[in-house]
Amino acid sequence: MIFGVLGVVNFSHGACYMLGAMIAAILLRDTGMTFWVALVVVPLVMFVIGVLMERLLVRWLLGLDPLYNFLLTFGLTLFTVDLMKREYGVSSLPYPVPDALQGRVSLGSLELSVYQIFAAAFSVLVCVVVWLVLTKTRVGMIVRASTEDAERSRALGINVARWVTPVFGFGIALAGLAGVLAAPTRSVNADMGSFFVIILFATVVIGGLGSILGAVVAGFLVGLVEAYGQAYAPSYAQVLIFVLMALVILFRPAGLFGREETA
Amino acid sequence: MHRNKSLALAASAVAGSLVLAACGSGGPSSGGGKISDDKVVLGLLNDQSGVYKDLSGPNSKVAIQMAVDDYKAKYGDKAVAKNIEIITADHQNKPDIANTKAQEMYDRQKADIILDVPTSSAALAVATQAKAKKKLFIDIGAGTTALTGAQCNKYTFHWAYDTGMLAAGTGGALVADGGKNWSIVYPDYAFGQDMTKSFSAAVEKAGGTVQQKIATPFPNDNFATFITKAGSTNPDVVGIMAAGGDLINFIKQYNQAGMADKARLAVGLMFITDIHSLGVEAFKNTVFTDAWYWNFDDQNRAWADKFKEKTNTRPSFAHAGNYSAALNYLEAVQATGTDDADAVVKELEGKKINDVFLRNGEVRAADHNVTHDVYQVKVKSKDQVKEEWDYEEVLKTVPASEAYAPPSPECKM
Repeated sequence: MIFGVLGVVNFSHGACYMLGAMIAAILLRDTGMTFWVALVVVPLVMFVIGVLMERLLVRWLLGLDPLYNFLLTFGLTLFTVDLMKREYGVSSLPYPVPDALQGRVSLGSLELSVYQIFAAAFSVLVCVVVWLVLTKTRVGMIVRASTEDAERSRALGINVARWVTPVFGFGIALAGLAGVLAAPTRSVNADMGSFFVIILFATVVIGGLGSILGAVVAGFLVGLVEAYGQAYAPSYAQVLIFVLMALVILFRPAGLFGREETA
Repeated sequence: MHRNKSLALAASAVAGSLVLAACGSGGPSSGGGKISDDKVVLGLLNDQSGVYKDLSGPNSKVAIQMAVDDYKAKYGDKAVAKNIEIITADHQNKPDIANTKAQEMYDRQKADIILDVPTSSAALAVATQAKAKKKLFIDIGAGTTALTGAQCNKYTFHWAYDTGMLAAGTGGALVADGGKNWSIVYPDYAFGQDMTKSFSAAVEKAGGTVQQKIATPFPNDNFATFITKAGSTNPDVVGIMAAGGDLINFIKQYNQAGMADKARLAVGLMFITDIHSLGVEAFKNTVFTDAWYWNFDDQNRAWADKFKEKTNTRPSFAHAGNYSAALNYLEAVQATGTDDADAVVKELEGKKINDVFLRNGEVRAADHNVTHDVYQVKVKSKDQVKEEWDYEEVLKTVPASEAYAPPSPECKM
């Protein structure tokens, strides 16, 4: 979305995801803030961080080659990761599964933990809400119109620039939310976002840059390829994702759901 | 003809200056007593910023400083080493950086000994430098048996633990306790492969079977598939050979998959800092082998209290190992009256040591592996924990003779 609306290739998602989880863990440790409160508070904090990033840094490079913002966000990632290491060390911070979501349920031959089900359901919910906002509301229409053709939207009297900051902040907030959701099942430390970025990038490319439906479908696709790969050909699991990416680019250079002109 | 002559002249000039330089550097040390450069330089080379920072890192410098203080307090005016300097460097767990830093320490900073060096590949690089420069290297943080096996050398000692000892302590003991069938999950790189080999051997030697050896990518954050696969043969024990952040990823997901109730979890290599970061509940019933535990007895505790005063945290076995290695090195310098590497090696070889870290310790002359009693421990349950860092219940002391394999025939000094 950030790419669609702003033309900014944001490489800092991994760091924002990490920040989301770290902030949740630090708040839990220092203030005893529960998971449920963190689900609301952390995205708000991340939104503010996103707004600051956009206002203070990203904005100045908007007129230039997208590569500049790519480099900026990459640099920010390195900076944030090392800053967190310096402040909080490299050992993971504890973050337990909330009590209400402990336990497991059996679905026939399959046994899932309640938390996994919750995380999956919550992710779907967030996707649906974002989709509804984008398709059914006036705000969504403006954002989509700006994505489609910023020039023409401007000509029609929409203040595209006004929407740039909140959209950027919203993207960062979503990454932070993902971090909170991941905290109970992953080790929460400064490095946790590092693998994530490359896979994420592959996902976005497969789905088509700037396409939300594409990102969702590609997300599932990448997840399945990875899981089956690990089960049947562990050494090739990670390569498979990039083979998939290469195939998609080969046959549909704009990605599965991308539009040719954005490619 | 003329050209050849001038070349020969130049060559002999270079050779001459080299000889002079050698004399020059030899001069002060032979003239100024038996301590080279009039000071003993201890070089701490480890991970100061990455994944192994907390389990050793900068706090190992504090531990080494404690050794220096204890040495000075013990000998006072009679101390052979009057000037002792500690230098540190960050090798970032990369063998190439470790190699360069080791050269820099030995050559430019005049280090008499390098200590710690976690990460097996980095440790092996430093061992090669120690051999080339004929200077001491005592490894504490790395686990590979190659340091005292195929790649052993006269100047390298391995102080705290190795993969063979972890396997004997954890693998052998769990089989004896009824854990016959194993699934092993390991990260697919040198350390993981080495650990899996050692554990399989130990489990089979004790009469157990390893049903599955499951390789995972490294690093990795999603172990769901591997956990399902590990559980598919209904093993008694699941052994995990990952370390650091990957270990924590695995354990969180292992518990959420409900495996904790179905199979016992054996962790190949665990540091107390790992338990601290996740909390004891996540490690319910987990068994592992520890080289040293701060709250094992009064002697350990007294040392750990002093350590806490300076660092506000409890020591891992690597911290205590660095203290012990530095102190015994200084004792050897004291005993021989010199920091000459060959003399110190001779003094250390075969030495039997009992100190705060080593119990029934012996510096084996054959392969320079420092063997000692180790501990099979279980992670305490939450209500057993009486204070912060009080996480381990020692099930059994594994005597040095059982914990360590005999010297490898591959080691030729």
